[in-house]
Amino acid sequence: MTKRNIVVTALLAGFYLLVQLLAAKRVLLPYDLQILGLICINIMLAVSLNLINGFTGQFSIGHAGFFGIGAYASAYLTVVHDVPFLIALCAGAVFAAVIGIVIGLPALRLQGDYLAIATLGFGEIIRVVILNIPQVGGARGFSGISRATSFGHTYLFMILTVLIIKNFISSYHGRACIAVREDELASETLGINTTFYKVSAFTLGAFFAGLAGGLFSHYMGYINPAANQIGFLKSIDILIMVVLGGLGSITGSIGAAIFLTLIPELLRGLAEYRMIVYPIILILIMLFRPAGLLGGKELSWDALSRFYQRFAGKRQKQRVTGDGSE
Amino acid sequence: MQWQLLAAQLINGIALGSTYALIALGYTMVYGIIRLINFAHGDIFMLGAYFGLIAISSYNLSLIPAMIISMCLAALVGITLDRIAYRPLRQSPRITVLITAIGASLLIQSLAQLIFGADYRSFPAKAIPIKIIRLGSIIITNRQIIIFGTAILLMILLHLIVNYTKLGKAMRAVSMDKEAAQLMGINVDRVIAFTFAVGSALAAAAGILVGILYNSVDPYMGTLPGLKAFVAAVLGGIGIIPGAVFGGFFMGIAENMVVAFGSSTYRDAVAFAVLILVLLIKPSGLLGKRVQEKV
Repeated sequence: MTKRNIVVTALLAGFYLLVQLLAAKRVLLPYDLQILGLICINIMLAVSLNLINGFTGQFSIGHAGFFGIGAYASAYLTVVHDVPFLIALCAGAVFAAVIGIVIGLPALRLQGDYLAIATLGFGEIIRVVILNIPQVGGARGFSGISRATSFGHTYLFMILTVLIIKNFISSYHGRACIAVREDELASETLGINTTFYKVSAFTLGAFFAGLAGGLFSHYMGYINPAANQIGFLKSIDILIMVVLGGLGSITGSIGAAIFLTLIPELLRGLAEYRMIVYPIILILIMLFRPAGLLGGKELSWDALSRFYQRFAGKRQKQRVTGDGSE
Repeated sequence: MQWQLLAAQLINGIALGSTYALIALGYTMVYGIIRLINFAHGDIFMLGAYFGLIAISSYNLSLIPAMIISMCLAALVGITLDRIAYRPLRQSPRITVLITAIGASLLIQSLAQLIFGADYRSFPAKAIPIKIIRLGSIIITNRQIIIFGTAILLMILLHLIVNYTKLGKAMRAVSMDKEAAQLMGINVDRVIAFTFAVGSALAAAAGILVGILYNSVDPYMGTLPGLKAFVAAVLGGIGIIPGAVFGGFFMGIAENMVVAFGSSTYRDAVAFAVLILVLLIKPSGLLGKRVQEKV
């Protein structure tokens, strides 16, 4: 373990303890805690979609489908079969990943906008199928789910998700995924099994989306198959986080997920304008900064210190020239 | 009894399918020219329905002038959309434009909800009084005939425009080769704007027809028909005008057959199942030609 890892771990643990302390002191109300949990879930969704869209370059707009599968499958296990929460959570995520393989194998043969439409179609089919299963409540929604998820769960799983995806991307396999994004034909001639990597990234993304879904349904205690919960609109919500933060930037996705989850809470009075502001943000970003706010770059201590040094260096130079002129 | 149900659903399917075909024409023309899935097309369809509704209920116009006004307004919206959102991105990657189109679609939807309200509204009954025509034991309403007739009329008009006018010729030239067309002195941006105008006008007409068919108009009515019409365009071979018409009728009939013989809750899944099958088996569509990927 390097020194930096220890510092990061300490900071993350410190934040958790701080939240718990503030919650115990009633500074943070249960409602605030719920928002924090939702931020963690949204980070998981954004980062896992970024793996598919940003790093592997396979444009998917059906991510909420996997979220829905995880949410419903795990809730079904805990409610109907009394399976312990954590086991059900993992089972839901694995189930989402399996569906990810089943969908990914045929769909990822398509490219570009055709792939986008196909994933949209699969996402809607998942939603309609869930809508037609009476055991999970059908159109009325699935209620009576035990509220087993705590803020600690979402926080821990969020960190795990980010860590695993980050390490995946820096690994040999992640490099292969990025190669596929840059030029599919060229990477194939270099001996990269493009189908394998496309489906792997898709499946991994589906797994974490399913995990987020399981956490979500046990966090709210209720889920319904509406378009803004597990359908097209939710997929677009996640897509906006990824695009705003930057395709291919994990820290960007995290930042955008935090920002876009907090904004509606901070601007309560403007809630009805939210769906006008979001699309405008989306269009403006595409017009003026199509790679997203951070582009493919990551926000890190190194980058910050480099920026600081450049800034400080410039000031020093100015001072030197200033002295010289006097 | 069984075959009567079948006939009734077939007639429903043809009426619905002719509106899908009208929407699909707009998708296919825009895709044929700038390779963009115009997600906002379904929302222009919705705006068309509202324009028609307002013209009929607030200004007491009859159906035909209302439809012409609505088509003109929708054409303006289409041109504006292209000018603001799509034209600056002509040289960008296609995914960038696609995301913009999704944004535009959501924006039009939310604005419509803000302006027109989120509630369902319906056409005044006196606009088109229902008459029932009996052919033996089959029942057809005059609305179904109006819808089918209007759609066919507009398709013939489009056919004439595309094949026998100078602008139509320019459209075909641009969709074949944009650069070459430009070298021949065609103003490509103007042709694209014209394509958006024609496509949006057709969608607006379809919006009014669907509004009459279901007698309800709401800000979200465009999403599903838009997606289904897109599927219709892909099914017939995107970029091919007769393909869109064929695909539209196919989708309308298939959807009603599922309602007749299966469960109505699955009617919306049909479109996507068809889409995925087409994309996996013959991505170029039933009437399309296969294009080899070049390095």
